Amino acid sequence: MSYTLNHLKTLEAESIFVLREVAAQFQNPAILFSGGKDSILVTYLAKKAFYPAPIPFPLVHIDTGHNFEETITYRDNLVKKLNVKLIVGSVQESIDTGRVAEEKGYSASRIRLQTTTLLDTIEKYKFDCCMGGARRDEEKARAKERFFSHRDEFGQWDPKNQRPELWNLFNGKMQVGENFRVFPISNWTELDVWQYLAMEGIEMPSLYFSHKRRVFDRDGTLLAESPYIPMKPTEVVEEMVVRFRTIGDITSTGATLSTAATLDDIIQEVASSRTTERGGRADDKRSESSMEDRKKEGYF
Amino acid sequence: MTTSEIRNPQSEIFDSNSYLNMELLRFTTAGSVDDGKSTLIGRLLYDSKSIFEDQYENIKATSERRGESTVNLALFTDGLKAEREQGITIDVAYRYFSTPKRKFIIADTPGHIQYTRNMVTGASTANLAIILVDARQGIVEQTRRHSIIASLLGIPHIAVCINKMDLVNHEEAVFNNIVAEYREFATRLKTKDIHFIPISALNGDNVVHRSENMKWCEGVTLMYLLENIHIASDINHIDMRFPVQYVVRPYSDEFHDYRGYAGRISSGVIRKGDKVIVLPSGFTSTVKSVELDGKELKEAFAPLSVTVQLEDDIDISRGDMLVREGNVPKQSQDIEAMVCWMGEKPIQLNGKYFLKHTSKEVRAVVKEIKYKMDINSLHRITENPSIGMNDVGRISLRTTAPLCFDAYTKNRDTGSFILIEEGSNVTVGACMIID
Repeated sequence: MSYTLNHLKTLEAESIFVLREVAAQFQNPAILFSGGKDSILVTYLAKKAFYPAPIPFPLVHIDTGHNFEETITYRDNLVKKLNVKLIVGSVQESIDTGRVAEEKGYSASRIRLQTTTLLDTIEKYKFDCCMGGARRDEEKARAKERFFSHRDEFGQWDPKNQRPELWNLFNGKMQVGENFRVFPISNWTELDVWQYLAMEGIEMPSLYFSHKRRVFDRDGTLLAESPYIPMKPTEVVEEMVVRFRTIGDITSTGATLSTAATLDDIIQEVASSRTTERGGRADDKRSESSMEDRKKEGYF
Repeated sequence: MTTSEIRNPQSEIFDSNSYLNMELLRFTTAGSVDDGKSTLIGRLLYDSKSIFEDQYENIKATSERRGESTVNLALFTDGLKAEREQGITIDVAYRYFSTPKRKFIIADTPGHIQYTRNMVTGASTANLAIILVDARQGIVEQTRRHSIIASLLGIPHIAVCINKMDLVNHEEAVFNNIVAEYREFATRLKTKDIHFIPISALNGDNVVHRSENMKWCEGVTLMYLLENIHIASDINHIDMRFPVQYVVRPYSDEFHDYRGYAGRISSGVIRKGDKVIVLPSGFTSTVKSVELDGKELKEAFAPLSVTVQLEDDIDISRGDMLVREGNVPKQSQDIEAMVCWMGEKPIQLNGKYFLKHTSKEVRAVVKEIKYKMDINSLHRITENPSIGMNDVGRISLRTTAPLCFDAYTKNRDTGSFILIEEGSNVTVGACMIID
């Protein structure tokens, strides 16, 4: 018997350890669920970590209202299948109650508005810890993020003053009103996620697989035709064979031309890809430090 | 480098089943901008085809905007706005790449003395440390400091990369002199496995590809070392230690009497039928099952996360530890440890702190500050030692409840703990238990 683990098993063991630390150290933790592959992975790892007990966290969806229909269908089925509680924080409601103002113009997006809805939802349900599926390989500001990320009473991240994180000893202590963001799959790469999902045979939303869709090109990003995205007169819709590498709000999620129809096809495609997955995210293209700025304000 | 030279990352080498045999290696690099650390990381990523087009385009555009004549690969490793503006590394950044043999996690840490705490953070989970030496400068204070920290944190392997060989005409004698000087210094380190590689990160010599300019070098390239160094034995597979992290009680009709102890194995192997002792209570029982997600495992070993059921119904909670009869850790309320201090206020004699060790949390009082260590020379300062931020020293602690521990040199998991300041709740001390 050789006592070696492959990298996927090593990552799984680490993530399960983090999920159990959250259950042990916090009173009222939740999983932030976006409907994308990363939050699906976190949810399945949580199921493994606590089986045969149910997942001890609700799923919290910060809903911009600008969804792909498939995302909502998948979410509702998953909630039923795993018998977990779902809480929806609505950006539309934040707009209607005047908490935030909708952006205007062609590239209007509700991504930034999510922060207010998220912080309001945390306050309403008194969550002391929110877990997310963010990974350090995704984006340069996230490469500096801790597993246990301390947020002040305004939900803000102070990147220059992060708590040191040593060995596997996670310090979740805080004062009243503060809270934590925890990222159990920090060390996974996009390829690791797909390899693991394939290895485990986990059913994924249809948007990730190749399909025909009416899309148009905006600044090099293929956006889905949708009532939520106002089109410029010069933009032309065409039917193409595409899939999505990331799934988020419909206004900022770009499609890629792809014929990958199975998990194995996707793994092959990701392994040979020449661009990163966030290359198609309009929300990251706004400035060199747009993710860092959003995180400081309290974003995921 | 131009865009057309960027090849498809990983594509030539990828076989969809190969990943099932890939190991994970974590390594740390410490250094400042001038010694070529960022260039080395950029070189490793570029030559292993791990830089993507959009990332490359991004840093190329930034380099041009700043009026730099070449594409500055250091921009790829610096994440925060302040770091890019000042051209320095402030915090630990994690980087990922893989080859057909292994997946790698780089903890890229700043090298200045005022960032010792970040270096320690990166080093705490690493299998290997890359120590960069500028061939023109030889061994300097920073080289010694990084090596001492790697040794103190128990990193099993060190790769000393003598960089900028192109600036000393690739001369073997320069390399040999530095190796001799380092070996002399390294007799005081605990690290047993040390490798020396002459490289030029700028030109790529001996990083991924063998050097044409240093045919005299019979050793391996850095990438070969990273891909092949034996790490499976870095984990202790002898002394079984299972800290209970969480108790799984479903309270459902189907699993009415189910009581599972969830945790991550710190070291050793655990099997069904093993006789175990529960610490600190001392009760004994037999392992009924080792499982994960409802699937029973024949055996499990570190660092797997599993759930263990016992034959007997005994009171066990988070912070307890399962061990094997005949192989128990030490138990004491008096702890001797080396500390790397991270707090803004110096360590307080008779001060009280929260202490986190495996899954257990207690309070501790500092009984004695024995000495402060000069981390550039290993010299001990015993006269009125004060341990402030970024200092390393030896302390004695008394805890409110006994800890079950091993020496850090035997077990990085059960031999380490952190101290947390009361009030601010900030992690202020990284501690390694001495025999």
